Amino acid sequence: MIWAKDQTYTGWGRALSATGDIARPSETASITANAPAIGNRRSYGDAPLNGDGKAIDMTRLDRIDAFDCETGLLTVQAGITLGELARIFAPQGWLPGVMPGTGFATVGGAIAMDVHGKNHHRAGSFCQHVKSITLIQGDKTRKITPKSAALWKATCGGLGQTGIIAQATLQLTPTKGDMMLVTEQRATNWDHHVALLDGSDAQYTVGWIDATATGAALGRGIIEEGETCRGLRPTPRGTKKIPFNAPHWALSGPIVKAFNATYYRRVPKSGRTVVRTVQDFFFPLDKIHDWNKLYGKRGFHQFQCVVPLDQSHALRDMMQTIAESGLASPLAVLKRMGPGLDGDRAGYMSFPMEGYTLAVDFPNRPAARHLIARLESATLAAGGRLYLAKDALSTGTAIKSMYPDYPKWARVAAKADPDGALQTDMTRRLDLRTQK
Amino acid sequence: MTDTPTHPTWIILGASSTIAKAFTRSVAETGAHVILAGRRMDDLNASAADAKARGAADATPIIFDARVPDTFQAIIDLAAAQSGTLNCAVFVGSMPAQDAIDADPALVDGTIADSFTGPARFLQMLAPVMMARSCGSIVGVGSVAGDRGRVGNYVYGAAKAGFATYLSGLRNHLGRHGVHVLTVKPGPVDTAMTQGLGQQPFMTTADAVVADIHEALRKKRNTLYTRWIWWPVMTIIKLIPEPIFKKMSI
Repeated sequence: MIWAKDQTYTGWGRALSATGDIARPSETASITANAPAIGNRRSYGDAPLNGDGKAIDMTRLDRIDAFDCETGLLTVQAGITLGELARIFAPQGWLPGVMPGTGFATVGGAIAMDVHGKNHHRAGSFCQHVKSITLIQGDKTRKITPKSAALWKATCGGLGQTGIIAQATLQLTPTKGDMMLVTEQRATNWDHHVALLDGSDAQYTVGWIDATATGAALGRGIIEEGETCRGLRPTPRGTKKIPFNAPHWALSGPIVKAFNATYYRRVPKSGRTVVRTVQDFFFPLDKIHDWNKLYGKRGFHQFQCVVPLDQSHALRDMMQTIAESGLASPLAVLKRMGPGLDGDRAGYMSFPMEGYTLAVDFPNRPAARHLIARLESATLAAGGRLYLAKDALSTGTAIKSMYPDYPKWARVAAKADPDGALQTDMTRRLDLRTQK
Repeated sequence: MTDTPTHPTWIILGASSTIAKAFTRSVAETGAHVILAGRRMDDLNASAADAKARGAADATPIIFDARVPDTFQAIIDLAAAQSGTLNCAVFVGSMPAQDAIDADPALVDGTIADSFTGPARFLQMLAPVMMARSCGSIVGVGSVAGDRGRVGNYVYGAAKAGFATYLSGLRNHLGRHGVHVLTVKPGPVDTAMTQGLGQQPFMTTADAVVADIHEALRKKRNTLYTRWIWWPVMTIIKLIPEPIFKKMSI
């Protein structure tokens, strides 16, 4: 393998960085080193970083190995992105079973984080649509399936610690077409917002939340409900690119507040139904390349937690703390998660649980870091957990108490990767691979 | 959609290269039949499966080695048996480091066969088939390195220069018979070939090169520099008088 020496790279949040050697193989057979695999680095924190070590960039391993258009079974290399799969297969009547908020996430990353999407309440998490995974463990390659029991559960959402995810077979979901029928309506306050989420039986549901609204408007936002449909595709508009780091005041309190108020009123009081492309609905921000530069060179953090259903009041209190801090950015999302497919979750370290999940971006400033620490304590007290795909600030003690199956995962990871060759900055920061 | 009887056929020479893979995907998605010609059957088989899943009418892997002309005729025969427009894109080439060639002059032969004489002979064999149909396009990938012999890689440059001159003549010839020839001169592209060379000036990506190629094919351009900046850059470099140029290391 050819190594590009001393590359400096970051996760999507750009607050943490690493410097180390990176290889970008174009064939699975040429993977000779045992090092953590990285994809498009859409995790926000240090999950895709291995400072002073090596990392294998999988993005060139992006082939489709087999597709059965009768059954929707698709075998791909791990470096292909979910956006690419949606683009290719939606016109043929198939979509990945679960799609996160960005199409730039790779299949390997989606497995390692067991990502969820706007249909979690109905379809569960990404790994619940994965039929088999090919893992490279040192000089051995093995194919695992849900029958592989503990190793499967430690791989799904397992931060890539059980082996390099090289290939996977996915069960795609039939779709009526590559367009979406989207109903948008205003949620006027927190209780209304939660009630609308609770009452939604749409295929895909998500709430945008105005994280700057206070008082009676606290928790207001827009509920989007989408169903796939067939229709005419508009001429695609070009993508935009944020060319340089924005100044620090670009997302300051007053600007965000004004933006959010306008965004909220974009949808008429009576609501509306519109037709969008699959891409616009699932990956709204992907049209603006490098939008993370809007937060300036210091980068940003995303706080995302989930709390159980009966703890929505705790989440409301957290929302109030956020709104009063004036630190939030326009990007804030509220969603009700389901119990998982068949009432189960895919992996030991899978984030989703039945309840409400809240995700809010904050610029990387000391005040925001303090706020996130408070939110983390509140999450813990509510019996919730943080999402490791977003985390950059938490501690091992907190994370371990949020994930009850952590000890099981740690045992399997230790067996699968006895030398700790797949450790990342995240597993070291959170001390996840040390067994007590 | 995929079984339109008059889909075009693209012969992809050097189908395992990074740019060729991106190009193959782009034509596969329009429903073309792709003939994937290269040296390694396992890799070609995988690329063929990928192309079919992306919408190619068909994908046929076949052995091609620029240094072994005996491999050529089978590809020509296969292509000639396809109905519809026939096209060919040439991505073969190899770039051993200049100091490796200095140490082992025998490497010159292979470099020139890969980048020039192999593909030229192949296209010479294909030309009558395409002329008879009075349609189709040939995309020949050269390099900005062929515009002037530089101290860093002049054997590779010489091979690409020879290929560019050949393509110019082929265009002159086939243009009279309705066949379009596009010469592509990429600068450094982020590919397997340039991996490990570090950051190169005005580096571009395989997908961007492919988008430029399609744009140039639509406009029936003759020569394409990609990124475009290489056209003014190479124009200036070509204008530097030899007595000065010979002392420069650019």
